[in-house]
Amino acid sequence: MKKSLRDKTLGSAAAWPVALVMFFPIFWMFVSGFKTEVEAVSTPPKLVFRPTLENYAAVWQRADYVKHAGNSVVISLGSTLLALIIAVPAAYAMAFFPTRRTRGMLLWMLSTKMMPSVGVLVPIYLLFRDFGLLDKRLGLILLYTLVNLPVVVWMVFTFFKDVPREILEAGRMDGAGPKHEIVNLLLPLAFPGVASTALLAIILAWNESFWSLNLTAAKAAPLTAFMASFSSPEGLFWAKLSAASTMAIAPIVVLGWLSQRQLVRGLTFGAIK
Amino acid sequence: MASRPDRSAGRRRRPSSPAFALKLPAFLILLLWAVVPLAMTFWFSLQRYNLLSPGVRGFARLENYRYLLTDPGLATAILNTLVLVTGVLAITVGLGTLFAVLFDQPLFGRGVARVLVIAPFFVMPTVSALVWKNMLMDPVNGVLAWLARGVGLRPVDWFSEAPLAAIVVIVAWQWLPFALLVLLTAMQSLDPERREAARLDGAGPLAMFFFITLPHLRRAIGVVVMIETIFLLSVFAEIFVTTAGGPGLATTNLAFLIYRFALLDFDIGGASAGGVLAILLANIVAVFLMRAVSRNLET
Amino acid sequence: MHGKVDEKKVKMPSPRRLALVPAILASAVMATAQTQITIATVNNGDMIIMQRLSREFEKQNPDIRLNWVILEENVLRARVTTDIASRGSQFDILTIGTYETPIWGKRGWLTRLDQDLPAGYDLGDVLKPVRDGLSFQGQLYALPFYGESSFTFYRKDLFEAAGLKMPEQPTWDDIARFAKALHHPEDGVYGICLRGKPGWGENIGFISTLVHTFGGRWFDEAWRPELDSPEWRQAVAFYVDLVRECGPPGVTSDGHNECRALFATGKCAIWVDATVAASYMFDPAESKVADKVAFARAPVHASPVGSQWLWSWALAIPASSRHTAEAKRFIQWATSKDYIRLVARTDSWAAVPPGTRRSTYEEPQYIKAAPFAGLTLKAILAADPARPTVKPVPYIGIQFVAIPEFQSIGTQVGQFIAAALSGDTTVEQALRSAQAAVERTMQRAGYYR
Repeated sequence: MKKSLRDKTLGSAAAWPVALVMFFPIFWMFVSGFKTEVEAVSTPPKLVFRPTLENYAAVWQRADYVKHAGNSVVISLGSTLLALIIAVPAAYAMAFFPTRRTRGMLLWMLSTKMMPSVGVLVPIYLLFRDFGLLDKRLGLILLYTLVNLPVVVWMVFTFFKDVPREILEAGRMDGAGPKHEIVNLLLPLAFPGVASTALLAIILAWNESFWSLNLTAAKAAPLTAFMASFSSPEGLFWAKLSAASTMAIAPIVVLGWLSQRQLVRGLTFGAIK
Repeated sequence: MASRPDRSAGRRRRPSSPAFALKLPAFLILLLWAVVPLAMTFWFSLQRYNLLSPGVRGFARLENYRYLLTDPGLATAILNTLVLVTGVLAITVGLGTLFAVLFDQPLFGRGVARVLVIAPFFVMPTVSALVWKNMLMDPVNGVLAWLARGVGLRPVDWFSEAPLAAIVVIVAWQWLPFALLVLLTAMQSLDPERREAARLDGAGPLAMFFFITLPHLRRAIGVVVMIETIFLLSVFAEIFVTTAGGPGLATTNLAFLIYRFALLDFDIGGASAGGVLAILLANIVAVFLMRAVSRNLET
Repeated sequence: MHGKVDEKKVKMPSPRRLALVPAILASAVMATAQTQITIATVNNGDMIIMQRLSREFEKQNPDIRLNWVILEENVLRARVTTDIASRGSQFDILTIGTYETPIWGKRGWLTRLDQDLPAGYDLGDVLKPVRDGLSFQGQLYALPFYGESSFTFYRKDLFEAAGLKMPEQPTWDDIARFAKALHHPEDGVYGICLRGKPGWGENIGFISTLVHTFGGRWFDEAWRPELDSPEWRQAVAFYVDLVRECGPPGVTSDGHNECRALFATGKCAIWVDATVAASYMFDPAESKVADKVAFARAPVHASPVGSQWLWSWALAIPASSRHTAEAKRFIQWATSKDYIRLVARTDSWAAVPPGTRRSTYEEPQYIKAAPFAGLTLKAILAADPARPTVKPVPYIGIQFVAIPEFQSIGTQVGQFIAAALSGDTTVEQALRSAQAAVERTMQRAGYYR
């Protein structure tokens, strides 16, 4: 239909410049990974240049990308999964069986996150040392689960509240217990919301750079440590940093792209009703 | 969507034991997590404890707090923290809502456009900050300076003239995708039938936005504000790699002040006192926020 | 997304995975015969080369395997200090400098390293100031990996074009004169680039030398700070005026790296900074001015004492390490004459770690490859951290003060001076705030009541 084509064009004319401007710094970083160090910081900024893979080669040779990436994957997925397992039942209870104290509890959960990590570094370091969790992936998984749990609970709670109650009541009428209700009815309905929450939790864990640097050494170090080793105090490093950063975010971007298809699908209330 | 009959009264009469059991693990774990490190921090804040002088230990009573509260940089740090949080919140929620509306429309290549606009959230904060500082905002070699010179303007020396604004821009750029993602997802749960009904009633786009879309988004906006606030109160990495808290105290926020205690002084007593103060400040902020977004926690 | 759920179940064994078990067992058996050492180091060019060449060491010593933790200097220092002070035992080898070594040596946190050195090590070959900088009460606690001082970089092409000549030992007044003459922002060239980013290892490192050569000092003999002294005021006012008049914009976020990039892309006529940057300025892959750069000694003012700094990155072993013997073998290898020759062979003489051994400076091929070598050596030998300025001082250190409180003090003072530089405060106000902040810190640390 002509009208919808016109709408699409108008919409694109508004939305695409925004997308491009937001993406520009990342594009610039990506492009800089293929320049030489001197080119990367010269003015006027070079858009036309002879691309080189020397930075990627240097990055690959210097640090063990595969090991770090593997650690990042295990830690991010592990902590997100664990957080979801704990958060979904809690969010369910708070969304559908609220009590007077629900609001207070939600707030309290959030307040546990309010202290800057740097203030609690030494207590945590001592705890980890005593429990043998320093430089262990399990240590970071547990820590990130705890650190992200309030956010995950809050967000899943919010998306659960958007689900129309009638459907769940219908299911309950049919004799469904809470477990069935959650797994077979609620999660599919709230799926985009839960998926966004999972994606965000994975990203938060993936990019978390304070604890991941301070609680690991060589074995459990994730990609944030890999990145940190390219942030050089001496010398030109921006081209290498760009290359390393592109390598570090590549898995996440792929994940984001894949999950976008799920999110774009949207809730189909019409179909269910 | 027809308004939901309020059946909360009926809900409460149901047995609460399954609900309680479901909430219990989260509650217990968070209790443990909150109590143990917080208790340790509180205890350290009452001790004289410097990592570099391990022999000097002892009960310091309120000495650490006194030292912290008489720090000439404390007031500025708290003010900067609040400015940073409100600035980023305003930009991310305002633009986030606007962009959510934009990206909810039918577009060419909508999937690609969405990934592009969400991409900033994927990048590590330290890397983002470095890219912005050295490649974009640098007044000599940066892209923004080059653009400015191209149209005949004097390039802005971001980190000397408007350092806190520069940090706000960088952090807002990183968090806008989060706000956008949450708001967009919430927007997609808005029943299209309701929108159609409004349009048929003659509602123009602005009226649609203010009377249909915005109320629906209230809860999501509340979530975005709460979650972002937690993270924004302790912004550290971006400041660390760009301005190191300066010039002067212009970009020192409370987290950076605590960093100075913890990892430059290695004064754990002082850092712990700072941590306790940060929690107090955060709770005050949270109370104000809760008042503002309380409607969204309708239960 | 069911695919994602399956991914998370990866940890369950499958037939294919079980087949890997014998292979894993075999490598585990081999691995247990190896000692694993964790080494924490900075990601400077020389250390990256060390990491690369460490494979040679592992070949010659198959019973040792190195695990690397490479971080940026400030992050590394915070990480390593937290670990060693809380006895976390995460590291076997640390890369630390002339600032931490005497302090930690005094606390007994480091293993002594001047005993049981192998025959060919030749500790006497190591430059004396560097050796002293890494010792406490005559006992050596770290073996130096590279050493540096500071000097002046300048563009000989710009000087020639303007008919100016840089003396081998310029004064700060000379430098100011040159900078004004060569400052042409409309052509994209700034008269002088100096560090402005706040930090005890950034702007304060440089300003310390400036203050010392102006005759000022950080503390008097009773440990009272003298930031409000006339010498401090003159030095900082000179610095602020010079940089505001002849420096590039954005200077308060320019640390060593940024200045280096500016000079390497041809934006600065003069730069006073670390000698280690010299070899990179000569490398056409890293610098656009490789054929135009020349060197002179660090500028002086009232007195040459304290005009150039001294720093060395060195390798040390925490006293709590469980692999001290193996760690020592690596450290001795990495700081030996053979290592220097190895780098010369695999990379080039210009890339060898500078500033540690006299034999390096007696090697003709090195002198040829590194024309700045002579000046570097002179600068290092002239730098005496025990006597950083003409007035007597209770402290050691030229570009820093070797007390634990200095990281915090230096950063705070650096922030105030950056505020003066950006025009937010006057120099007087900045120094007054700085003086108050330092007094507060010193009082809390118990230096005086």
